[in-house]
Formats: sequence, structure tokens, C-alpha cells
Amino acid sequence: MISFKVNGKVYEVDVPVDMPLLWVLRDNLGLTGTKYGCGQALCGCCTVHVNGQAVRSCVTPVSSVMGKEIVTIEGLSPDSSHPVQQAWIAEDVPQCGYCQPGQIMSASALLSANPRPTDEDIDQAISSNICRCGTYQRIRRAVHRAADIMAAGGKK
Amino acid sequence: MSEIVNLSRRNFLRAGSIVCGGLVLAYYLPQRIFPALAEANDMTYYPAAFLRIGADETITTIVNKSEMGQGVTTSLPMLIAEELECDWSKVRVEAAPVDAVYNNPVAGLQMTGGSMSVKTEWDRMRKVGAAARMMLIGAAAKLWKVKASSCRAENGKVIHSSGKALTYGQLAEKAALMPVPEKVVLKDPSKFKIAGKPLLRLDTPAKVNGKGLFGFDVTIPGMLTALVARSPVFGGKVKSFDASKAKEVPGVREVVQVESRIAVVADNFWAAKRGRDALEVVWDEGEWASLSTQALREQFAATAQSPGMIARKDGDPEKALASVSKQVNADYEVPFLAHATMEPLNCLVDLRSESCEIWTGTQFQTVDRGNAARVAGLDPEKVRSHTTLLGGGFGRRANPHSDFVVLGVEVAKVVKKPVKVIWTRDDDMKGGYYRPMWHSRLTAGLDSDGNPTVWHHTLVGQSIMAGSPFEQMMTKGGIDATSVEGAVDIPYAIPNVLVSLHSPRIGVPVQWWRSVGHSHTAFVVESFIDELAHAAGKDPYQFRRAMLANHPRHRGVLDLAAQKAGWGTALPAGRARGIAMHASFSSFVCEVAEVSAGPSGRVRVHKVVSAVDCGRTINPSIIEAQVESGIVYGLSAALYGAITLKDGRVEQSNFNDYKVLRMDGMPVVEVHIVQSKEDPSGIGEPGTPPIAPAVANAIFSATGQRIRRLPISATV
Repeated sequence: MISFKVNGKVYEVDVPVDMPLLWVLRDNLGLTGTKYGCGQALCGCCTVHVNGQAVRSCVTPVSSVMGKEIVTIEGLSPDSSHPVQQAWIAEDVPQCGYCQPGQIMSASALLSANPRPTDEDIDQAISSNICRCGTYQRIRRAVHRAADIMAAGGKK
Repeated sequence: MSEIVNLSRRNFLRAGSIVCGGLVLAYYLPQRIFPALAEANDMTYYPAAFLRIGADETITTIVNKSEMGQGVTTSLPMLIAEELECDWSKVRVEAAPVDAVYNNPVAGLQMTGGSMSVKTEWDRMRKVGAAARMMLIGAAAKLWKVKASSCRAENGKVIHSSGKALTYGQLAEKAALMPVPEKVVLKDPSKFKIAGKPLLRLDTPAKVNGKGLFGFDVTIPGMLTALVARSPVFGGKVKSFDASKAKEVPGVREVVQVESRIAVVADNFWAAKRGRDALEVVWDEGEWASLSTQALREQFAATAQSPGMIARKDGDPEKALASVSKQVNADYEVPFLAHATMEPLNCLVDLRSESCEIWTGTQFQTVDRGNAARVAGLDPEKVRSHTTLLGGGFGRRANPHSDFVVLGVEVAKVVKKPVKVIWTRDDDMKGGYYRPMWHSRLTAGLDSDGNPTVWHHTLVGQSIMAGSPFEQMMTKGGIDATSVEGAVDIPYAIPNVLVSLHSPRIGVPVQWWRSVGHSHTAFVVESFIDELAHAAGKDPYQFRRAMLANHPRHRGVLDLAAQKAGWGTALPAGRARGIAMHASFSSFVCEVAEVSAGPSGRVRVHKVVSAVDCGRTINPSIIEAQVESGIVYGLSAALYGAITLKDGRVEQSNFNDYKVLRMDGMPVVEVHIVQSKEDPSGIGEPGTPPIAPAVANAIFSATGQRIRRLPISATV
């Protein structure tokens, strides 16, 4: 049995120790907001927070998150009120939307560590997330907007 | 869109609070790309098929197009809402089931593609809204015993001249019983309140909280997951296989041969993956086992030495070449390209003895249903298909053979349980149906004033239509129209033109890829025009402009982009601009790229200024997003994209060896929209074709190196 916390709730799963966290979230816990895109930490679709850090869940063995706190897109806020989600809505970022949970998790981890990122900071943090629809320009705008919302007292 | 719609047409025609009736309106067909199919199509429509008004004031629009990022589940509801005079905040969206009423009126199929959605639905959706509005007004007038002409509709209410009012929710049930108007009068576009506004997309909320359901995300009780092992060479078959190790993996239920593949069926993805890794298969690789990109390049180059089937001939191109004062020759090459949608292909099938239910993100509902029915041995009416969100389409999810749906049904047939067949990224990358590779040979002649008088273009590349159900309709005199689009219709005033085509048959499955033929012809035509401008000693913008006197819309975007980009003004050292203009899907786009090329050869695209004329603007924010998207998609391909073959095997497998543009390579993109009163035309694809030549022309301007082969990373 492997035990960890996802979105504030404790789970115990009986799965192979090398099973990636992504598939435990999706197939065992039914949390399908976290996406599969490449299986090799190349595209960022599967990004979740493990103890606050952005992690590619497709290459993270579930055994390595034992006892840790995981946040997925479903747990970022109960009502899409996280500054990053608000900014994504206001800038109308998503197109197909498939990569966006990963983009949002990367952006929110960046802003937790660096509340006022420069364009270069954004390049560095978000370049691990691919968007085939090419929403990068709006993502950049939305990250700056989210930083503004946070600076104005919006909740993290 | 976040819930799977589970309605048959019969159901929603019956439901109580529906505005419905037997509206039958003749529908004007502006053009038909699939004429034979359109002929057979029932050219009628029913407001009830597209609209439900709830007693709670909810306006539910049923969208017959697949949402793959292009914003269609916002733009079509905007057209309905414009005429309905409803409260936009009450508008909801459902994905349509499969039914002839939802067919694309041009294609005669329920499908999303060809950048046609707004263009072909612009009349019908407004008529749906207008008919429903008239029925609501009629119901109120009857209730109040007043003339309909003394009532008006506004923001979800019918208001009488006396001031009394009823909401649409209060009127919905009675309106449903009103006769459907035989004639509807549409608003003059100058009165539009919704169309033309940059409204936020309706699908965004479900795409920022993880609730939006893609095909990959759907689960049903008792569902199993399958991964499929395929021959590493296209067309290969199973010689023998040993499943003993695969079956030892916990969670693997069975390992079965399905036609020319082996399916590993398991409780979940990870078990199926580990099972497939342990599977041992000996393949009969078939006739294409020695195919290589290098050999194909040589074969294509040799073929291009002689003219092919004639696709266009103006004047006397052979004779005219003899009398030119300057001749320019060049060969251009582009590779196979994968679509690489962010969501790999997948299909969930629940096959029973008398029914087949399918969940997948598809662009091709009618074709998929037909193919699924054939494989299942059922009537098409017994196949129910649920269109989920699509994690990107770009043409890949409109497969004429329904490859990913047929595979799902074939596996379900053997497994006899609900099963979702999943493609890993590797499967998706190596699975074929690529944009074809092309070789273009060009010869042009200039007169003594530097004006082009002759243009010869010979193309060599596979036909997409060959072997597909559309071959007969789309191929005339051996010429697949999609092979030469953008090459036969060059707008420049050149008196002698010869365009010819060779369509070799090769065992690599090919398919339409965002902008189809334009994806290669724009690169070739707009790069070679640039070569001619330099050969004539003329400015590339003015050179084009002088040859577009009879093409005001082409010239309009050319001028606008040049002006907004500051064409001709100074740039920082090391930077240069390139321009390219191309029309596709009835829209016109010009892009000016600002590029630097470092000493190590690294190309950086700093900025792209685009001008687009896609007729009347329905949602400018979505148009901007689509042009940005088209540019990024085309730039990924231009800089890095190539699927190559060696020993019959695809050499790429994932985003490490099939590189795409990331945030750190993203240029600043400006989109300038031409204000137009023409009917709306395509916007999902037209932004893609001009970017490769704009960047290549800028590289020439910066370095003097002419890019004649894509991707740019292969030569710079």
C-alpha cells in the first residue's frame, strides 16, 4: 500500500511501485484533469504539484510520492478562483485545452516561487510545457495578469 | 461540453420545453466540394436540432462542429444568439449527435474541416435564431391577443408596445407549438450586437479546472484499456507472436491478434503498456521494408526533371521560355509531417450484438459511423457516436478510413467488452497519415524590365485522395486538387504558366495536415517569387504588389502587413524582414517575419506581423487566436518538423526528435484584421501557409542563404 495526499484527501493505493503517478491519478483515482501527452517528461501535459513543486507525473513513480502532498488541476481551487485560473479566463487562453491543466500547474508553481516573473523567467519555467495550438502569447499575458491579481491581494 | 451528450434527435424533438417544429427551408448552397454527396443530402434543417430554450431561461445551442480549439462552440452560438435576441450569459453548448441534419451543407457529411464551419453555417445558424425569435414573439402575441408586429424581442424577453413582457423561459413551451415561419428575415449586419464582438469563449471555464472531457478521459463501467502493437513498417503483417511474458504482467487480461496487429488488453494503461513492452512479435514487413527518405528524395528529384500531368497551362509556356532575358531555376523540398496533436489518438467502443456506442474526439462523424458500422456488421443507425472535446485535430482526426475508430471497433469485436484503445505518443508519431513529402522544380523567366513572363512548376508528391472514398470527387484528369492548391491558383499576373504534377504511389499513409496542399505550395511559390524579385533587383513587397492589380483582397493584406510591419524601415543589426502572402480557404493572409540568424546558424524569429482578410468578423479575439495558432503550427514545421524513414521505419518517436516550438521560441505576433463586408471565410488554417516562406525570405535577407528545403534546421 502506498499512501499520499491528493488535493487535501489521503489516498491509499495498491499498485506496482513503478507505476507513474499520472496513471494512478487518472486510472485509480479518476482525476482525469491531469493529461498524458508524451510519457517522457517532454511536453508538460501531466504537470502536478508535489509538495508545492511542479513535477511531471508521467515519469514520477508513485512510490516516490509516499507521504507527500499532491495538488492537481482539480484541487488548485474549488471554484476556478486561483489567480492563474482567473487570468486564464480573462485572457481567453485555451484553444483545444488539452495542455492547459499542465500549463496552469506550471504557471502557478512559478508564481508561488516568483510572484513577479519577467518574460525570461516565464520562458524558463513554461518552456517545458508544449502547446500545439500555439497559445504561448496569451499564456505569457495571462501569467503577468495573474501576478497582478496576486499583487492586488487575490488569493494564491 | 463538459458532459457527454446522450441525446438522439428523436429525444430532443419530443422534449417539452423545446422550440420545435417542422421547419423546412430551402438552403442555398454556395459551392460544393463534394458535389455527389451533397446531391444526396437532405437539404433541410430544423431549429429544434440546434436550439433548446429551457423554462429556467437557459439557451442550449447544439453545435454540429467538433471543438478542437478553433472556437467553433462560441462562434456558431454567437450567430444563433445574434438573431434570437437572447441574453448571451444564458447560452450553453452541447455537442451534436450524429444525424444528417447536422451535415455540412457543402460536404454533405457531418464533419469539421476545411476551415468551413462559419463560412457554411453563417446563414443557417442565423436563420435558426431568427425562426425561434419569431416563434417566441408569435406565442406572446397569441397569449396577449395582440398583433405580432406590436411586439419586439430583446435580451431574452418579448416586449409588447404597452410595456408588458414575458421571458423566453416563460414562453418556451408555447412557442414550441407555434408554426415554424416559412420565411425569416435576417438582420442587416450593421445592426449586429453580438457578431463582431471579441466575446470570451464558452468552453474556457471547463478547460481551466480539469473538468472538460476529452476522448482520453471518458470511462464507462467495465471498461478495459488496450494498447496495440503494429508492424514497424507500414503495411507489415504479423508472422508470429509470443504473448507468454505479456500475459504474466499483473492486470493484463488478454493478448489477441486483431487483423495485422496485436492488442494487449488490460485493466488500465500502465498494465497494458508493460504488457505490450513484454510482447514478442515477429513481423512480415512486406514490400516497403527498404523505404528511406534519402532514396525518396533522389527518386522525387529525378521524377521532377520531366513534366507531369498538366494542372494549369496559360499562354505558351514552352515557347515563352526561349525568349526571356533572364532565367531562374530552383528545386524545393519539404518532408513528411506528423500532426502531433497534443492528445494522442484514442477511441472508446462499447460493442453489443445490436448496437455500437463510440466515444472519441473526431472531425469526421458521418464517415466514422459508416466505417464503424461496416466493421461491426451493423446498420449505421445502430452506431451511436459521442463527440468529446478534441485535444487538437489539425486534420488528423478526419481520417477517410477512420483508422483510430475502426481499430477501436476491431479490438472491441474480439474482446467483447467495452474497451478504450489508446495510442501512446510513440504510436501516434509512427502511426502514419502524414502530410506528404514534396519536391517542386521551378523555372521562371524575366523580361528585360525584370517582369516575370513565364512560370513552370513541376510538383512530385503523393495524392492524399488516392485510395480514399473521396478520390473520384476530388481527382480530375488524374490531378488531386489538394496536391496543387496554392500552386495552380497563383494570383500574380504572369502570362505563361505551366503547372504539372506527378503523384507517385508509396506505402506511407498520407493525409490532410492543417492547410493541406497550401502547407507546401505557399512555401514554394512565395519563396520562389522572392527569388525572382531579387533576380530582378526589385523590392520583394513592391515586386508582388505590381503583379496584383486585379486582386484587391490579396493586395489589401499585402499592403496592410507591410505598413504595420514598417516594411523598408531600419532594424537592429543582424535582423531582417521577409514577406509572404497566400490565399487559402477563401481568406487572404500576409505575414512579415522579423528574423535574426546567429553566427552558429541559430535562427530566431522575433516578430511576425500579419494581416488577414477573412470577410466579415464574427469574433475578432478568436480570429487573432487562430492566426497566432496557425503561425505557431507552421513555424514549428518550418523550423524543425520532419518525419523521416530508414529501412521502412519512421525515425521519430516523441517530442525530443520531433521538435516543436516552445515558449522560449515564441515570437511576438501581431494580427491585423481587414474590415470587410464580404461573407465570412476560413480562419482555422489560412494563418499557417505564409509563415514558412516569410521566415525563409527573412533568412535570405539576413544572411544571403536561400532556404529551399524544410525544415530550416536541416539546412541552416
